[in-house]
Amino acid sequence: MLIDVHAHFYHDRSPRADWRERNASRLSAGEKIGISVHVASILGSWGRTSPIYFPSPADLEYGNSALLALQREHPARIRGYVTVNPNYTAHALTEIGRCLGAGMIGIKLAASRRADDPLLDPICERARERAVPILHHIWQHRSRDWPGQEASDAVELVALARRHPAVSFVLAHIGGGGDWQHSLAVLREVPNVWVDLSGSGVDGGMLESCVEAVGVERLLWGADLTLDTAWAKLRYLERLLDRDDLERVKWKNAARIFPRGAFPPD
Amino acid sequence: MRIDVSAFLGAYPYRRVPGTSPDALRRAMERVAIDAAWVSHLPSVFWRDPVAGNAWLYETAAVEPRFKPVPAVHPGLSGWEGVLGAAADHRAPAVRCDPTYYGLDPVGAEMRVLAAACSAARLPLLLAVRLEDGRQRHPHDRAPELPAAAVRALLRSDDDVRLIVTHADRAFVEEVHFGSTPEAAARVWWDISWIWGPPEDHLETLLHTIGVERFVFGTGQPLRLPETSVAKLDLLDVTPAAREAIESGNASRVQAG
Repeated sequence: MLIDVHAHFYHDRSPRADWRERNASRLSAGEKIGISVHVASILGSWGRTSPIYFPSPADLEYGNSALLALQREHPARIRGYVTVNPNYTAHALTEIGRCLGAGMIGIKLAASRRADDPLLDPICERARERAVPILHHIWQHRSRDWPGQEASDAVELVALARRHPAVSFVLAHIGGGGDWQHSLAVLREVPNVWVDLSGSGVDGGMLESCVEAVGVERLLWGADLTLDTAWAKLRYLERLLDRDDLERVKWKNAARIFPRGAFPPD
Repeated sequence: MRIDVSAFLGAYPYRRVPGTSPDALRRAMERVAIDAAWVSHLPSVFWRDPVAGNAWLYETAAVEPRFKPVPAVHPGLSGWEGVLGAAADHRAPAVRCDPTYYGLDPVGAEMRVLAAACSAARLPLLLAVRLEDGRQRHPHDRAPELPAAAVRALLRSDDDVRLIVTHADRAFVEEVHFGSTPEAAARVWWDISWIWGPPEDHLETLLHTIGVERFVFGTGQPLRLPETSVAKLDLLDVTPAAREAIESGNASRVQAG
């Protein structure tokens, strides 16, 4: 069993004419790698009619519905995070209810609002009630504001996680750019934050540092935009970890934080 | 046969990187079935005189036949021409220059003279676009990335210069390839380490649009996991001949001149 906790798909109202090919490529490469389940999100219209990281309510509904359709089309292979924009609290809570009710298994927060902002609290409370994890987009050490997103770093996610100790948070793509050492340093003592290993970054020493900082119990395998780097990290982990620990990173840790029955039985 | 055209030995100044010793590189090569590695001396990229690392590099490569030394050359320092002669004496497959780390204009007179000299010596010149993701570099690591314009300019500066460019992404490769004449574009080879695989499929696209013959296997290890470049190839649907060309054939042809 291998669970990718950080996948994305596209749809017909995204800016990309090749959206079908990209979706098909992810599934095809996933078969080569041996991915059992892609846990995915769609960030609104991917910038076509509202910004990727500040998606409008209408675009969120369309993207989430497109993901639900993909989940129905590939019931054994695709699961969904419901993506919401915390600036629209009522809409976010309604959308969470709609999509979790339709079979999604987590919540995706990107960069519409800083992670430690109080506007995220009602969403976290809903996550606690529904016992689903929150995957939060993170810039590993945000040393300045970046255009197009109100990005958060691990310090801000940790502040949120401390306010909601009963919620499982996934720090997105430790290899996705920025100073991952900065993130790992603040995660050590925060047991309800898991580290998603995805991202194009394949730095020598990064995986060892992740294991050392949070232990294998809090590592989750994922790909994000580059399945080649994800496969490389998996191959490296196969040498670095013993069999039991490897299984934890491949799927057992994910099975612990997602709702019971979210994945096929191993 | 798998040849890694972009491997390093020695410590990196900006973070702790495991596996920088010759023994560790040997083990990593065995782990991912790399038969030969073109090795550069990593610390000297940051030295005022990067050539000072070449002697150690030659000594190290002399006792490990799987290591092929790629010595550094700084065309702004007196006596740099001697590096090319020594490289030939040591059967180096290429020489490397990191102009932005040396404080040189990557399209300046020194680099054009170096390109001409490498051409005359029939030595490929290896250039890295970057060593790390720009988003994670140390606050003091401020050398600019190699611009695509510099590669185009160097290709135009000499009719016979041959370049091997590592750590380039799809946009960089396309800009140089389609911004050059076919003759010039046929004198540059790209390592695959920084080109994305699925689902974006940048590498697959480039193999179709630019051609298998332009790509070589490189990893950037130990700064990066060498498994990445192998995974990129394993995710491609290419013929055994095309894969052989990327993994070793093209690099061998560049080296042979």
